[in-house]
Amino acid sequence: MVMDIVFDKVGYTYQKGTPFQSRALYDIDLMIKEGSYTAIVGHTGSGKSTLLQHLNALRKPTEGTVTIGDRVITSETENKNLKGLRKKVGIVFQFPESQLFDETVAKDIAFGPKNFGASEEEGREIAERMLPLVGLDESFLETSPFDLSGGQMRRVAIAGVLAMKPDVLVLDEPTAGLDPKGRREIMDMFYRLHKEQGLTIVLVTHQMDDVAYYADHMIVLEKGTVMKEGDPREIFRDADWLKSKQLGVPSAVEFANQIQKQFGWSFSTLPLTTDELAREMKPFLLQKEAERQ
Amino acid sequence: MDKIISVNNVTFRYAEDSARPALDGVSLSIEPGEWVAIIGPNGSGKSTLAKTINGLIEPDSGEVTVGGLLLNEENVWDIRKMVGMVFQNPDNQFVGSTVQDDVAFGMENLGIPRDEMVTRVHDALEKVNMLPFADREPARLSGGQKQRVAIAGIIALRPDIIILDEATSMLDPQGRAEVLQTVKEVKERENLSVLSITHDIDEAAEANRVLMMSAGKLVQEGTPEEIFSYGDRLIELGLDLPFPERLKASLRKEGIDVPETYLTEEGLVEWLWTLSSTK
Repeated sequence: MVMDIVFDKVGYTYQKGTPFQSRALYDIDLMIKEGSYTAIVGHTGSGKSTLLQHLNALRKPTEGTVTIGDRVITSETENKNLKGLRKKVGIVFQFPESQLFDETVAKDIAFGPKNFGASEEEGREIAERMLPLVGLDESFLETSPFDLSGGQMRRVAIAGVLAMKPDVLVLDEPTAGLDPKGRREIMDMFYRLHKEQGLTIVLVTHQMDDVAYYADHMIVLEKGTVMKEGDPREIFRDADWLKSKQLGVPSAVEFANQIQKQFGWSFSTLPLTTDELAREMKPFLLQKEAERQ
Repeated sequence: MDKIISVNNVTFRYAEDSARPALDGVSLSIEPGEWVAIIGPNGSGKSTLAKTINGLIEPDSGEVTVGGLLLNEENVWDIRKMVGMVFQNPDNQFVGSTVQDDVAFGMENLGIPRDEMVTRVHDALEKVNMLPFADREPARLSGGQKQRVAIAGIIALRPDIIILDEATSMLDPQGRAEVLQTVKEVKERENLSVLSITHDIDEAAEANRVLMMSAGKLVQEGTPEEIFSYGDRLIELGLDLPFPERLKASLRKEGIDVPETYLTEEGLVEWLWTLSSTK
């Protein structure tokens, strides 16, 4: 079965039908293809968190339909039988380490699978297999999660989500509060899981450099609806539009635009990373060198 | 001029049986009006150090002096009036139902008369460019706006020092720039000292001096330019590589000769300019 996630005219209103109702999402059409790495960007209050909760039916749309694999979710869908979806789509919320609770790392990781019927030994085995995926070795299995550093705790929390063997992994600003080294390690780890295991990834971020380096699909959310959806390179081409939305562009794009304008160069494609930028700059720099000789 | 902060050989353990101290014989001093950045990976003791400066943590040994007062139980409250702290998560530091109530909160605690309070709230919000938001609900603000309100709450108390404890790390780039700009302006106008604990290269670049921590110790200090020229090692030191350094590394991979010295973004453009104009 194909695990695409499709939103069709989706809207969500909090406390609908009461004097306190407030519209968080409206008129959303989008598609997250199986195997893609999708980045969702938008400001605080753009509806990102509400949208995320629709990806595994933690919330049901008040308008429209959300299709997750072969399941169609509408406002009428009953809450029964949604458990399976939660297994297929794992969400790593912000600061997931705050949800650690068990005595040992092994037990914490095995908690989800055991809820879904895994035995004690199976749970233990899963925990042993998950740790290396998040860059920790077996020596951590019997450690209390509360004796770990912030970065290590976050890895354990992520291992707990991976232990459910989701097809889709949803990440809500997964590196907030980590130092640059920890940030890079965790982002590389997700990318490896995406490449090696074909995991579909949905990343909510405001780091445009992360979008540039990792994502192959991008959704720009503003005030509760989708403003743009598509190839990041296409979307970043319109730097003025992004800036008018106060969203910014990757640093390589910014610099590329600046030097093309200043030196009258024109690059064959828009570089999103410094490696791409260096490749685009090379012919111009070599040409100058040749002229000088 | 006397130092505004001096920390002398401070050691601190969170638990008696901790394998290593969170702070291990740390000494440093900060001049009035100076901006000092402290960098270092997660767990190196940066935030612990900040907490010893306003008495949130009592060191096991060593001493802390702020504004000429030796920090102890008797004068910890006087010292807290001198030191304002802005924390990482903007959502954890709001108590008021409106922006102005929130800015007034600290002054209420100090028993400042109402008239004086009204003036100071107005003044402080003006300084962080948040006056139009005085009657808004803090929860509805963006992250950068929230941190600016937190800064207003601090400057209303007329401190001598502002400590930024990863105060911009949860913000988007726009919010980060806003907050940094606000701190710069406020620092100049009020002649404050700033101690910023940060992983952000742009924030560290504002400092007069950068101190590096590792495993509870101060291991190195220098100007931002000196520190930024460390290249790849910056990652181990808890900072990101500045964009010009990343681009230089990529150019090197393409076989292009690049300058060894640290370049700012303007410096990089200038270098490219020289390359393309030399005939």
